[in-house]
Amino acid sequence: MRAVTDWIARHLVLMIGLLVLLYMLTPVFVVVLMSFNQPAGRNTYTFDGFTLDNWTSLCEPYQLCSSVRLSLEIGLLATVIATLLGTLMAFAMVRHRFRGRGAANVFIFLPMATPEIVMGSSLLALFVNAGLAGKLGFWTIFVAHVMFCLSFVVVTVKARLAGMDPRLEQAAADLYANEWQTFWRVSFPLVFPGILAAALLSFSLSFDDFIITNLNAGQQVTFPMFVWGANTKGIPMQINVIGTIMFAIALVVVVVGEFGSRRRSRALA
Amino acid sequence: MAHVVPTDVPDTGPPAPEQQRRGLAGYLLLTPGSLWLALFFLVPTVTLVATSLYDPAGSLELGYEMTGHIQNYPDAIADFWPQIQRSLVYALIATVVCIVLGYPLAYAIAFKAGRFKTILLVAVIAPFFTSFLVRTLAWQYLLGDTEWFVSFLRWLPFTGADLQLINTPFAVVAGLSYNFLPFFVLPLYASLEKMDHRLLEAASDLYASPARGFLKVTLPLSMPGVVAGTLLTFIPAAGDYINAELLGSPNTRMVGNEIQDLFYAGDYPTASALSVALMVTIVVMVAVYVWRAGTDELV
Repeated sequence: MRAVTDWIARHLVLMIGLLVLLYMLTPVFVVVLMSFNQPAGRNTYTFDGFTLDNWTSLCEPYQLCSSVRLSLEIGLLATVIATLLGTLMAFAMVRHRFRGRGAANVFIFLPMATPEIVMGSSLLALFVNAGLAGKLGFWTIFVAHVMFCLSFVVVTVKARLAGMDPRLEQAAADLYANEWQTFWRVSFPLVFPGILAAALLSFSLSFDDFIITNLNAGQQVTFPMFVWGANTKGIPMQINVIGTIMFAIALVVVVVGEFGSRRRSRALA
Repeated sequence: MAHVVPTDVPDTGPPAPEQQRRGLAGYLLLTPGSLWLALFFLVPTVTLVATSLYDPAGSLELGYEMTGHIQNYPDAIADFWPQIQRSLVYALIATVVCIVLGYPLAYAIAFKAGRFKTILLVAVIAPFFTSFLVRTLAWQYLLGDTEWFVSFLRWLPFTGADLQLINTPFAVVAGLSYNFLPFFVLPLYASLEKMDHRLLEAASDLYASPARGFLKVTLPLSMPGVVAGTLLTFIPAAGDYINAELLGSPNTRMVGNEIQDLFYAGDYPTASALSVALMVTIVVMVAVYVWRAGTDELV
């Protein structure tokens, strides 16, 4: 009996943690389950029977697939630009000394500390004042997404860079590598996991964003906007298929990335 | 405020000065990103403040007149006072729930998970990819009147047979807590993970009980993570309207719902005034909080 209570006491935190994790994953289970659901009526969101129809007729609901395509396009483009600009900024913040570092730090933090509805409405106010009210669409969404992803990229890459030993770069320089070679042969491979994590984060932020996008999208419909619209009309079960697919892809990317970085760090050790 | 930047490594500052380069290169690297932020974050914020001072008599088609109409603020705040209060209260409760649920989880991942650490971390991040709205709809289903969870609660002796969860403040707060929990767990995990374990050993060598060791060593050292995590939870929760819309009722509308609707209705001055009011309120609350956390607990 004593052994049992001891064991429980020792593992209590872990068990609570696992319960919380279960809570976090519960909706994901529902999404996967619902992707196989055959609803009895159009407006019911209850599990009534198993079917593969949602998977085979993925693009049937009007605008679903085009909205996913738009979200993917914007997500990829915004991720590339935000990751590029953000990585440069992170290098500047960690590896360079200049006046106004503190101010730059606050400036980068501010977008993360601003509620989305405020950022979305200020962008809309800007576009409308600039006479772009009728031209809202792909490019205004793209601009907004790069803006809110940037800070998260800087913070993620900065963390990786700050944990990196600058002496490795000095060693390269001592061995007559020029700055360009030092960067590509030493700094970049070491920071790469951070950059990859930042890219993943910004893609998920972009793909998932609703509040800012909804204000600045004009007539365009992204995937979250499609889901929002569907909520009032009756939700097609196919959105759960999209959710499941995205989840699976993310898992694969994370697992592959993790194994890759483990191999690399073993190679460096 | 720079010291609360929720980096994985709180800004430990630059490595020793001689390891950093001076000169123009730093500015050059910084310029493109800063320009983007200046053009599409700073300028819009200024525009928003300007728009909040337009004459509300105008319209999107006819154009607005800049009249420095400061009256927009008292009007907006008076009209939407209940929603403003609700947003702050819901966001506060959700943040507290995130601390209660998120701290043990972050602690367990950082110290108790052993070789399963990565898997657990992935499990924290993975729900992100299932799409915010789709997950919130899943909650709509889980909390629905006909589902087993509510049936089970109704069956319990101390709850009424007409208990309802969906369309209540409870559902909205639950949704907010759920959706922003990873934003609390990740920075906290990062700051726990960096902790020097020898400090805890030192505490126990000095006859501190595990509980005392936690309170006097672990908790204070994790404060930067807690501060960063609560900010990343509270701020988006206060501005959110998705949870209020999908899980709540007209009686649980938050300030975000109203701002969104005002923009759709074309009432830009009032919408902007309400946005600015929300931002100012949050900035003041955050500043006080960071200052208190900085003077009382972080030392």
